[in-house]
Amino acid sequence: MAAELHVELVAADRSVWSGEATLVIARTPSGDIGVMPGHQPLLGVLQSGPVTIKTKDGVVVAAVHGGFISFADDKLSLLAEIAELADEIDVERAERALERAKAEADAAAERRADVRLKAVTGVH
Amino acid sequence: MGAQLRVYKRRIKSVTATKKITKAMEMIAASRIVKAQRQVAASTPYASELTRAVTAVATGSNTKHALTTEVENPARVAVLLVTSDRGLAGGYSSNAIKAAGQLTDRLKAEGKDVETYIVGRKGVAYYGFRELPVVDSWTGFTDSPTYADAKRVAGPLIEAVQRDTAEGGVDELHIVFTEFVSMMTQTPVEKRLLPLSLEVTEEESETAKDKILPLFDFEPSDEAVLDALLPRYVESRIYNALLQAAASEHAARRRAMKSATDNAEELIKSLTRLANAARQADITQEISEIVGGASALADATAGSDR
Repeated sequence: MAAELHVELVAADRSVWSGEATLVIARTPSGDIGVMPGHQPLLGVLQSGPVTIKTKDGVVVAAVHGGFISFADDKLSLLAEIAELADEIDVERAERALERAKAEADAAAERRADVRLKAVTGVH
Repeated sequence: MGAQLRVYKRRIKSVTATKKITKAMEMIAASRIVKAQRQVAASTPYASELTRAVTAVATGSNTKHALTTEVENPARVAVLLVTSDRGLAGGYSSNAIKAAGQLTDRLKAEGKDVETYIVGRKGVAYYGFRELPVVDSWTGFTDSPTYADAKRVAGPLIEAVQRDTAEGGVDELHIVFTEFVSMMTQTPVEKRLLPLSLEVTEEESETAKDKILPLFDFEPSDEAVLDALLPRYVESRIYNALLQAAASEHAARRRAMKSATDNAEELIKSLTRLANAARQADITQEISEIVGGASALADATAGSDR
């Protein structure tokens, strides 16, 4: 049996996803980081970006805006102020938000909308 | 109908109308407690994970950070007081205000300047009426606070803590809010958020207590992690305090409205008794008038017959 790690993806006001995974890829300021079972204890800052959770049955993608990744004893927690699973994201709304952010030159909002869309399309 | 009876009837009607209102408020508050409690529960995973992470950094690294180090002679402290926007919740707001007043007095006795921040219209009104200084206040969301509200409240507070004391910054951050113990009990509590005291974090993260924390690898660096982590920690604590306060507010309002409904019921009962007695007195009087009239008539006819 392949080793698995327990993942908790929690947003400030709810628990978004939890379960067993074989690999988790998240974005930190110094680049993407992949965590597999048995990784050394880690505590890092997350950047706005998609988080990929590979489970035995497939791949879960979520858009995460700011937060932390912490890993110890094969337990991984992803803490984010805002986190959305790819299938929860309203593509049209995100596209509208992207256009609006571009028009208003709001870099942070543009990045958030962009991350959402990327999480849905799976291009990152 | 007698005049007395009419007065009673009118009062019964008005008390019944009041009872309907308080009953409705009681039921609304009762349904909102459940919602507020659910929100508290939903925010718990984030708060406990965050607490775990903060404990890990605070114990696992030697970095000195503005938000964790105790200042030797704290000169200025900030107090955040959480009250409600609306009244009719019994002693809810005044208890919290009283607790904040005691804390302020104690801190002043220790020779510290106190800067007050307030959430909720009731607290703002109290401080405004007494012309007590308030640095900043927020209103309009105490019923159901969101994380964005907590962020808005936390922003200036974190900024004040990070500023130098000489430039008007504060050394400590205290929060006074009403803790939701149970449906029947809500107690005002005061907590020191910053600088972090580890005993507070330990008591709250039972999972971290019984085992030794692993040596963490910090990404990108422990300072950067602390820099990012502590403001989020404060926000999450404030969010939790706001949610608990909201649940307490609804519970306090439910109880206040329940006793108001009970009182109205009691009043209606005694008024109904009085109205019944008045009606009975009216009837008795009418009967005795009739009987008196009839016997007078009988006496008169009997006399003429003779």
